[in-house]
Amino acid sequence: MATAHAIYGLMAEFDDPNALVAATYRAYHMGYRQMDAYSPFPIEELHEALGAPHSKLPLIVLIGGLCGGLGGYYLQYWIAAITYPINVGGRPFHSWPAFIPVTFECTILAAALSAVLGMLALNGLPTPYHPVFNVPRFALASRNRFFLVIESKDAKFDLEGTRSFLETLNPREVTTVAD
Amino acid sequence: MADSLAPIEDPSAAVVGSGVPPVIAPGHTFGSVTDKISSIVLARKTPPGWWFGFLIAFFFTNVLFASMAYLFVKGIGIWGVNIPVGWGFAIVNFVWWIGIGHAGTLISAILLLLKQTWRTSINRFAEAMTLFAVACAGLFPVLHLGRPWLAYWLFPYPNSMTIWPQFRSPLMWDVFAVSTYATVSLLFWFIGLIPDLATLRDRSQSRVGRVIYGMLAMGWRGSARHWHRYETAYLLLAGLATPLVVSVHTVVSFDFAIAILPGWHTPIFPPYFVAGAIYSGFAMVLTLAIPIRAAYGLEDFITLRHLQNMAKVMLLTGLIVAYGYLTEAFIAWYSADKFEMFVPYNRTTGPYWWAYALLILCNILTPQLLWFKRVRINVPLLFCIAFVINCGMWLERFVIVVTSLHRDFLPSAWGMYKPTIWDWSTFLGTLGLFVALLFLFLRFLPMISIFEMRTILPAAKVDEDLRTT
Repeated sequence: MATAHAIYGLMAEFDDPNALVAATYRAYHMGYRQMDAYSPFPIEELHEALGAPHSKLPLIVLIGGLCGGLGGYYLQYWIAAITYPINVGGRPFHSWPAFIPVTFECTILAAALSAVLGMLALNGLPTPYHPVFNVPRFALASRNRFFLVIESKDAKFDLEGTRSFLETLNPREVTTVAD
Repeated sequence: MADSLAPIEDPSAAVVGSGVPPVIAPGHTFGSVTDKISSIVLARKTPPGWWFGFLIAFFFTNVLFASMAYLFVKGIGIWGVNIPVGWGFAIVNFVWWIGIGHAGTLISAILLLLKQTWRTSINRFAEAMTLFAVACAGLFPVLHLGRPWLAYWLFPYPNSMTIWPQFRSPLMWDVFAVSTYATVSLLFWFIGLIPDLATLRDRSQSRVGRVIYGMLAMGWRGSARHWHRYETAYLLLAGLATPLVVSVHTVVSFDFAIAILPGWHTPIFPPYFVAGAIYSGFAMVLTLAIPIRAAYGLEDFITLRHLQNMAKVMLLTGLIVAYGYLTEAFIAWYSADKFEMFVPYNRTTGPYWWAYALLILCNILTPQLLWFKRVRINVPLLFCIAFVINCGMWLERFVIVVTSLHRDFLPSAWGMYKPTIWDWSTFLGTLGLFVALLFLFLRFLPMISIFEMRTILPAAKVDEDLRTT
């Protein structure tokens, strides 16, 4: 384990999604937790196989939408009734039915912005550098290959032991990922 | 990428359903789908046909810029608008363009929520079409302001004049609806692009390509945890875009319906505008998809099934629009209001009768051909029908805007509207801008969502019993 600080983890390459999902379940059963699976398209089962927690994103979007809606309504109320009241055809200054379209649009705008920015923030994007890109074959993760990476910071990680475990999963190749 | 194409993974299973044309031709693999779509973008040599089309479109884009420059110098007097018809081509084109955009959002958001997998190969360029159409649409109300350089006064911001916008006006609602729509469409489109930008980053042979696509991909690496949040965000955006798209054309119809003008002041406007928007949008998607699929040899991905489905959506929304026309005429008669009753009479027999007659021909009669399967699978004929519907929907907006304005309550206030050469040059200019942007998009970004195409391959299906192994 002398070189462990220079190693990000071990990467196993698979040919198809089934092999990756099965391998991820196996690794989780073996007690590995600090790991991630990489695929060229979303695979629902992987998230469960990794034992990853539910995303907080829906809550962020809900809060964003509520803030947008309340903020949008208050903006109109403040303008039309408080700071710049104009009598239009004898209607009340607080003419709420006329404020609904803009309130709705503000809700959607703020919710959509929180969905996108929230997703990027929770994913830690943009990430200019990540160790997995040190493996040349990882370029295929955006084409047709599937990767499982067990990270060296995992309590159970052991260069030899983990490598031989990964070899049992029938990967195409097991590579050491430099940090 | 020394890696060659993987062997074909069970080609027979690629056919979805039986007897129905597939949403993707059999025999494709993750690798072949990726290579086919990304090769269009990564090809070093730009096809001469691309240059030809782009330069024509670029010429008309410059016509737009020239027309705008002249407008800025002289004012909107260069257009045919005057009292009583103060809303000429500018508003006709605004409504037409924004309506076209609606199909992109419908395809990308509503069909996603309805789990219509056939949307996968057409959503990317339909969304691009939305963005470019909204960009063209947004120009017109701004140019129509009279002093376009003060357009930012429409936004509520603290200013030294201590004045604020009037939120009881539907024109303000329009500002918020259209700007929200443009922003959300852009976000939706960009989010959808991120994994494909990562593919282009990894496959690009040139350093410039790797750097630019790499920056745009923001370090996307296809992590399962990322995919999970990504899918959540994408689904939530689809859920948000769905009511948004309905609201946008509803608000556009309020621009008319809130006014008391005969022919405008009717509650059928919001649903009928939304249906018309989807109708014209699908017509535009077909008008673009048919030549693009032929030019780039994408018949494997944009199959007859897609064209047929779009034709069916056009037929349905076309019938809703026809119902809207009937309701307008019926309510005018039923209201027993002489000004309202005059509207259908004037439309059919007044000075603009030819526009109304052409409108019925293009929008109501022509799409009835789509009842026949023989027509729906006849690609050149389908292209012609879609083109005719595009013209018809433009005429619809012309009829709505001009015929109501040119004959209002008092005959002494009646007048005629005649577009000038600058009206036409601005309109043709936005067509040029739209097509030029589309050409750039086809050259630099994947026109079909690569990662979503991978998910509809049979090999992407994960066995359910893996958990127990």
